[in-house]
Amino acid sequence: MSSHQNVRDRILARLHASGAELTTVPEAPLPPELSLDREAKIERLAAMMTAMRTDVHIVDTHNWSDRLKELAREKGWKRLLYGPEGPIGSNIETAWASDTAGLPELVAYTGPMEAFKEDLFQIDAGITSVRAGVAETGAVVLWPTSHEPRLMSLVPPVHVAVLDADTIYNSLGEMMTAERWADGMPTNALLISGPSKTADIEFTLVFGVHGPKELVLLIRK
Amino acid sequence: MGNKTTFDFDANIDGALKDDQLRKNLRKAMDILVDKRRAVFPDTAYLEQLRSAGNAIKRRALKQLPRLLEQLEANCTKNGIQVHWAEDTAQANGIVLEILRRHDARDIVKGKSMVSEEMHLNHFLEANDIEAIETDLGEFIIQLNHETPSHIIVPAIHKNKDEVAAIFHDKIPDTPYTENVEELTAIARRVLRKRFAAAKVGLSGVNFAIAETGTLLLVENEGNGRMCTTVPEVHVAVMGLEKVVEKLSDVPPLLRLLTGSATGQMITTYVNMITAPRRSGEKDGPKEVHLVILDNGRSRMLADPEFRQTLLCIRCGTCLNHCPVYVRIGGHAYGHVYPGPIGKILTPQMEGLDQAGVLATASSLCGACGEVCPVRIPIPDLIRRLRNESYDQDGSAVVKGGGYKKNLAETLVWKGWSLANRSPLLNGIGTRLAGKAGKRMPKVGPLKKWTRVRTSPQVARTSLHERARNEGVKDE
Repeated sequence: MSSHQNVRDRILARLHASGAELTTVPEAPLPPELSLDREAKIERLAAMMTAMRTDVHIVDTHNWSDRLKELAREKGWKRLLYGPEGPIGSNIETAWASDTAGLPELVAYTGPMEAFKEDLFQIDAGITSVRAGVAETGAVVLWPTSHEPRLMSLVPPVHVAVLDADTIYNSLGEMMTAERWADGMPTNALLISGPSKTADIEFTLVFGVHGPKELVLLIRK
Repeated sequence: MGNKTTFDFDANIDGALKDDQLRKNLRKAMDILVDKRRAVFPDTAYLEQLRSAGNAIKRRALKQLPRLLEQLEANCTKNGIQVHWAEDTAQANGIVLEILRRHDARDIVKGKSMVSEEMHLNHFLEANDIEAIETDLGEFIIQLNHETPSHIIVPAIHKNKDEVAAIFHDKIPDTPYTENVEELTAIARRVLRKRFAAAKVGLSGVNFAIAETGTLLLVENEGNGRMCTTVPEVHVAVMGLEKVVEKLSDVPPLLRLLTGSATGQMITTYVNMITAPRRSGEKDGPKEVHLVILDNGRSRMLADPEFRQTLLCIRCGTCLNHCPVYVRIGGHAYGHVYPGPIGKILTPQMEGLDQAGVLATASSLCGACGEVCPVRIPIPDLIRRLRNESYDQDGSAVVKGGGYKKNLAETLVWKGWSLANRSPLLNGIGTRLAGKAGKRMPKVGPLKKWTRVRTSPQVARTSLHERARNEGVKDE
């Protein structure tokens, strides 16, 4: 086998010699973008994500954690994974400081994944903040951080996502431009539109394959 | 139906056409996919504009392909992703194996990747004592049954739930027989979660690689792709070199076209954008990310202005769903990794016309594939071009194995035809003779094969010329 550099250079040389750069590509404008007001964006995102079997709740920004506690009791989660230093970490800790009957035990994601991988695969719910929402397609956008790592929204069977209504954009394109994504991308950026699903057997739609079986979305407004 | 090692297209087609269960499964599935696509693009004007934009974005990427690949490599490297180049599938397999060996890995969890199918990676790894574990539900089902995908997007679509139930019951220890799809899905989840947690290396394909930021974008619904790219210590992504796009702003329209065309979805459950391995202080994600960029004939396709359009493809599979041939014979009959219309133009260019040119004959040229293609690849035109190159009457073929069908008898027939149509005398004699033959077309050689399933053409007793003369129309 020839060396790495040679392979690379040969491929690139063939591509350079292809004459493709001489082609002219006509301008093709994109179709008009969606343009909704604040309320309509919230409504559209909620409707689209509900259609994808997301459990959407519109909650008050100030006492949203009360609704979270209600849900936790209702659904009977045993343990809830959270990021103590994430944007909603202290909120959750405060809420869990009193009136704890029937609430799941809080599990903090503090060390590297290797240290608690086995346990991680046993936890039944995880909660994260999200960076933004996309109204057009219905999706939340996550840029996982060291405070709210990637696996929190993937491994536990229930993912609770907390979205601020003011961060909902019309479209993915609008968000990428407004937030200047091209200037620097995180390790991992995610769009999530519902619980994991498959239709691989006879197109029968089944929710909960390898990712979360349930997605709970709290929209704070 | 298992996968045959030798390729006999006629026999495959015969077999598939006689398989009632297969045809029922396919018809139902393809009708659903066609309806779902139509429902997600209700506004025709919007869709046509979006298709034109998708075409322009991909053409702009191909126009700058070497520069974009260099930029992608530079940005990935800067972000900590290790970039590898492979001329062919053997080199790509070697690169993956070397990474697995270095990490002492005995198995690898795989997200759905057509390039890894093109590499026959599972087979190669098996020969090297490494277990490749397919984790997409459809791929998992067919891997248990030692089959290959029959569709680019829904690999097990040729199976119904009874067949899946039997496969799970037979192949997964201690699994009771169930035809309940939710239970079947739960079984796969249970089996594979253990594998995700244990594997050292995960593999994925790439839907779009963004040169501007060095980002690899993957779409999926099940979460297995995220598992494969997040839980193991090492993530290896494999991509064909045509997957690169210039910038992030190219992504939203392409995503819309891809998910809408593939499964009729506004968006998949997950859009996973990977730009770096785990950075200092981060608590999860792979510590190493590798990107393998595969050529395997693609750079050759770029050199021809017409064939280059094959590289616009975003692998949505909608041309399969709309193809009257695919819907009747299914993916396995094509005997190669990429079935359906896109396979008919891609495979002969990769493997040579002498090896796979016959695929281009399996088309009624109805044009449906070209009409629905989200990036406007003129698939029927390319099929015709490949058919012409198979005979290569004028010696201009650019595809490997061109002229493999050229033969003296046919060359003489065409020469004669051309001559007869240029000489009024020969033309007159010819049409009179054909008129005399009338219904009695000789059923020999290629004519016999042609008329086996078709009504023989009947030549009129008198030619148009004669009738015009008899009617008193003046000959120019």
